[in-house]
Amino acid sequence: MSREDLKKDPIQNQLYERSQQEGIQTIWEREEKQQPHCGFGTLGLCCKNCNLGPCRIDPFGEGATRGVCGADADTISARNLVRHIAAGASCHSDHGREIVKTLHLTAVGKTKFYKVRDEEKLKAVAKEYKVNVDGRTVETIAKELAEKMFAEFGQQEGELALIQRAPEKQKKIWRKYSLMPRGIDREPVEALSRTHIGVDNDYNNLMQHGMRVALADGWGGSMIATELTDILFGKPSPKRAKANLSVLKEDQVNLIVHGHVPLLSEVICDASSDPELISLAKEHGALGINLAGICCTANEILVRRGYPVAGDFLQQELAIMTGAVDLMLVDLQCIMPSLSELGNCFHTKIVSTSEKARFPGMNHVEFHEEEALPIAKAIVRMAIENFPNRNKEKVCIPKGEGKDLIPGFTTEYVFDMLGGRYRPSYKPLNEAIINGRIRGVAGVVGCDNPKMASSASHVTLVKELIKNDVLVVQTGCSALSCGRAGLLTPEAAFDYAGKGLKEVCEAVGCPPVLHLGSCVDNSRILTACCEMVKEGGIGRSLDELPVAGAAPEWMSEKAIAIGWYFVASGLLVVLGEPLPVYGSDNMTKYVFEDVEKITGGKWAFDKDPLKMAKIMIEHIDSKRKALSLKPMMYESKVEVGR
Amino acid sequence: MKKKRLHYDVTKCVACRTCELVCFVGHSLSKDIFEAISEKKIHLPKVKVFQDKGKNFPVACRHCDDPKCVDACIARALTYDLEKKEVIHDKDKCVGCWMCIMVCPYGAIRPDKRVKIPTRCDHCVEIGQPQCAKNCPTKAISYEEEEGVK
Repeated sequence: MSREDLKKDPIQNQLYERSQQEGIQTIWEREEKQQPHCGFGTLGLCCKNCNLGPCRIDPFGEGATRGVCGADADTISARNLVRHIAAGASCHSDHGREIVKTLHLTAVGKTKFYKVRDEEKLKAVAKEYKVNVDGRTVETIAKELAEKMFAEFGQQEGELALIQRAPEKQKKIWRKYSLMPRGIDREPVEALSRTHIGVDNDYNNLMQHGMRVALADGWGGSMIATELTDILFGKPSPKRAKANLSVLKEDQVNLIVHGHVPLLSEVICDASSDPELISLAKEHGALGINLAGICCTANEILVRRGYPVAGDFLQQELAIMTGAVDLMLVDLQCIMPSLSELGNCFHTKIVSTSEKARFPGMNHVEFHEEEALPIAKAIVRMAIENFPNRNKEKVCIPKGEGKDLIPGFTTEYVFDMLGGRYRPSYKPLNEAIINGRIRGVAGVVGCDNPKMASSASHVTLVKELIKNDVLVVQTGCSALSCGRAGLLTPEAAFDYAGKGLKEVCEAVGCPPVLHLGSCVDNSRILTACCEMVKEGGIGRSLDELPVAGAAPEWMSEKAIAIGWYFVASGLLVVLGEPLPVYGSDNMTKYVFEDVEKITGGKWAFDKDPLKMAKIMIEHIDSKRKALSLKPMMYESKVEVGR
Repeated sequence: MKKKRLHYDVTKCVACRTCELVCFVGHSLSKDIFEAISEKKIHLPKVKVFQDKGKNFPVACRHCDDPKCVDACIARALTYDLEKKEVIHDKDKCVGCWMCIMVCPYGAIRPDKRVKIPTRCDHCVEIGQPQCAKNCPTKAISYEEEEGVK
């Protein structure tokens, strides 16, 4: 979201104006100071993998065409890209590992603060790992499942358990081209080894491994994270909630959880509703404790418990700027290091909680699962005790009611939503696609980025897609952006959806844009696609489905990994800004054309959200044509803005 | 009118070559790095960073008061605009004899072999502001009137 878009948002702009008046630097100023971003990095042409360099390739062909070691533009940009994928995949998989650890600690009784809330799902996933479930206690099943999952991280040969969910045709492709991941940790380690000086120098071979790393994330680490989080904290279900900075309350203790791994935030939810702590808050002059989230932790407690969302990645500084946040708790991923300094401008206490993520100048209360509740209570107490320090004159909570949103859809929930309790099924969705009421399904996901000059990319793109009868599924910060714009409500179907999609939403009672959760929950998009294939009639494999994906404002390495696991799984992924490969003609051709010949998936880049929608719709239409599906039911009657 | 020149502080230049890239983008059709790199007619940057004795020197046409290149030009493609105090390069007249490159005392003009004429700084006349000075991350390049420089 660019500064111009920010200024158009009345709620956020109140706080941005405040930062300007008080001379506080935000991400938008820092972005301006970084202009222009290094062109060599942008084009993928700089290499600092060894001390022969750092080397750069001259994109004009006049100067160096090779690095000191002899690597050319193809090798350098492919090596850099594979390292990005490895870092992104590692983030997701490490997140998954933490949840496995918690399930194990719970099963062996080393922590009493967690329990298996979804036995049915535990047993279903355990069966996929070939764990015997008959006549065994939940604890023994959970223990054996956790141990098998741990083993998958260190596995050296063979295939992952959850990737077996993919359609047979996909698996055949992965086996044929050596894309099948062998172990969750093995692939990123091999990626670092291959990109060392003088190892793998063939961009085709490098990218083939890059895709294997990404698949180990999507069908491995991320999927494990999603499934086990559901098992430990319950499957999400739709609920009405609010997402805006105005969810902060003047007369209550405002506690914000920010980051990604939900292990602590879930316990904070319990702690913040503890009667003892609520009465302590009252003793300190507050009416109660108001818990809200930022970034993907927000998504986790939103989809499962309906807690309000204060904001996404770009709002983390603005939230503190309200002067009303008594404590912000952070764990890891997407946390701006600028927060510690910003906290000093207000009374806000910022507390880091992960041993893996420390921030100079921040308070640190280290989280351990064994002591989860006492730690959570201590943090809530810190927030309460900080409430009297709040300078009431400095409080500026934006006026204005935020819009409602209905999050909490999952692959499993779609069965019940469409088929009812007695006949849970994906059939109505597939039939709506076959009949031409719904054109197809699009995933619009990913980060927020102040770089994006075009107006409100997420919202414009999603509106254009639903107008053209494309059902949209969302995760992460992208979902929160559209939630703020009111697109995640059933009512949005009447205002923005095309006639066919509107009819479906009306009959089912669902929003035209479904919020599936946090960024590891992109794995839900994979499993939902598998269910669509299983139901039949719209393709035998993921690459035949009339679906497409986009990350209009991507910025993190995690986004690169996610994009690649979708492309490797046969889908089209459209980005708002290109991957850093344009400095190499071969790599550019690879992401646009060559990869499609291998996996059926491919990349497209366009910064104009309307053009992105056009690319996605054309792709979906081409898949519909290949499947000989009926023409769109209301095509001639709909004003198509493309 | 006082003469404005590009000035270089060699103590600040870190050889990041941002000036080369923004010069290239500024002279492209699209003015966007991703599109510019795939444009059919790619021009070389008009500034280039050289290194000598541990110091980095961004070098571009000095637009000399007494331009040797104008005297040497056999095709009369180069003229000295007395009002703007700049050397003007008429690309249509230029025959690519490279004489200007031979006589330039600063080595500031380079052959662009793809288009077969020299590449030389025009102070970003199309945009109206030299992009190298505007975008230099360490402010080693400035575009100022002569007296303003210390």
